[in-house]
Amino acid sequence: MKAVITVVGRDTVGILAKVASVCADHNANIVDVSQAVLSEMFTMVMVVDISDLNSEFSGLQNALSALGDTIGMKIHVMHEDIFNSMHRI
Amino acid sequence: MLNTTDILETIRMIDHENLDIRTVTMGISLLSCADADIARSCAKIYEKICRLAEKLVPTAESIEKMYGIPIINKRLSVTPVSMLTAVSGGDPVLYAKTLERAAQTVGVNFVGGYSALVQKGFAAGERELIRSIPEALSVTERVCSSVNIGSTKAGINMDAVGLMGGIILEAAKNTADKNCMGAAKIVVFCNAPEDNPFMAGAFHGVGEPDCVINVGVSGPGAVRSALTKCPDGDLTEVADVIKRTAFKITRMGQLVGKSVSERLGVPFGIVDLSLAPTPAVGDSVAHIIEEMGIEVCGAHGTTAALALLNDAVKKGGVMASSHVGGLSGAFIPVSEDAGMIDAARSGDLSIEKLEAMTSVCSVGLDMIVIPGDTSPSTIAAIIADEAAIGMVNSKTTAVRVIPAIGRQAGEELEFGGLFGSGPIMKLHNDRSSEKFILRGGRIPAPMQSLKN
Repeated sequence: MKAVITVVGRDTVGILAKVASVCADHNANIVDVSQAVLSEMFTMVMVVDISDLNSEFSGLQNALSALGDTIGMKIHVMHEDIFNSMHRI
Repeated sequence: MLNTTDILETIRMIDHENLDIRTVTMGISLLSCADADIARSCAKIYEKICRLAEKLVPTAESIEKMYGIPIINKRLSVTPVSMLTAVSGGDPVLYAKTLERAAQTVGVNFVGGYSALVQKGFAAGERELIRSIPEALSVTERVCSSVNIGSTKAGINMDAVGLMGGIILEAAKNTADKNCMGAAKIVVFCNAPEDNPFMAGAFHGVGEPDCVINVGVSGPGAVRSALTKCPDGDLTEVADVIKRTAFKITRMGQLVGKSVSERLGVPFGIVDLSLAPTPAVGDSVAHIIEEMGIEVCGAHGTTAALALLNDAVKKGGVMASSHVGGLSGAFIPVSEDAGMIDAARSGDLSIEKLEAMTSVCSVGLDMIVIPGDTSPSTIAAIIADEAAIGMVNSKTTAVRVIPAIGRQAGEELEFGGLFGSGPIMKLHNDRSSEKFILRGGRIPAPMQSLKN
């Protein structure tokens, strides 16, 4: 089971590290990361394996959205099925 | 592998374009609760609803969180209550109060099914139920009512049409201190669908299973935003863009419906492919029509644009879902659509144009505020016109008009929330339709009914 973490906001130092550290705390294994900075707007998409989470899925969501609030970025964590069903036939 | 552009598109649709699941509605059959003793019947209803729907709201909320997609409403639809009053007799309002209590216990915001199906005539209990609607809606908050007065197969029951004119007016008068909200919770149908998840017209048809999950999607904002990227395309391209967007929106509905039904162990019924607007800016069907190149919704060309939109939504959605049903089409509820409110306010959108629009899209004259001094026979005549469109075109049409008691055309009625606010529309009520309505009887089913 995988989830997609998206981080959007103004680019600053250490975003990737902070997000990765929350993932590690929850035992979410990062399987893919892509990021781009366009005119100072930072966009990162991270795919994580959530099969062996050490908390509820909502625990990871809450921790990341709290992190988003602290660093002033918008962080979403959504189950990959929503993207698969919307964009695949 | 997932593509970054696709992921960001989904997030943009949810965050900025008001994409959401409008409703997850659990349909519950109450036929097993019928009892000759009305108190026992009510007790069985309360028990059955609370047992089956106990986990509906928490389950929907956890799916909402998992997929990051808002599910705005969790609702219930039940077997038309007239079928229970037929067995038990007694005061039908007791059923309304039971439904209200059960809805409160399980935490849903509406329960639909205070209904009667009288397209061909009144059976036992149906007249009594219809007469009790105004009282039932004034003593409850979450109960919604609908009456099917016509169908392509049966024709139009004009006695019921005449009766409903007065019932709507009375429901508005009974709730005059609450912005006439009673009338906003009554829908008069022709060809009512039995699996519609949307309020106020939802009920659980007799052909449905004991319990079922139906889902209604939304997303006018996402469609409009997709169209802004095609400013100069011809109308074939416009239709293609709408189809692609409708496909994505519906897939999401299908995913959510399937997940909720699997978790609850209840069969998944249908996805209703409707574009349901809200008063929020950027969530308007009128604005899609305007994006296509009509200066303001209601101008000439509006009906054609709406026909294109409605058809493209269905074509895009039908492949995205295993079962499509309900109303499935674009809704045009005036008070719930920011663009329609503006067009009605400026006088560009008239009730006649709305009536024409209903012949090419889903539902009918929906959430239209009319002057409070409109006569019951004029309301009945509005219903008859709309039902005739549905009957002849083998489609669902409905009327949900709200007489604004003590107010005149040009003033406004503010409902708040999803119901929005509505400018009072001008009618031709200086001319009477009373004699036609008083004739009563039944308008025979049209040739279209003879398909065998």
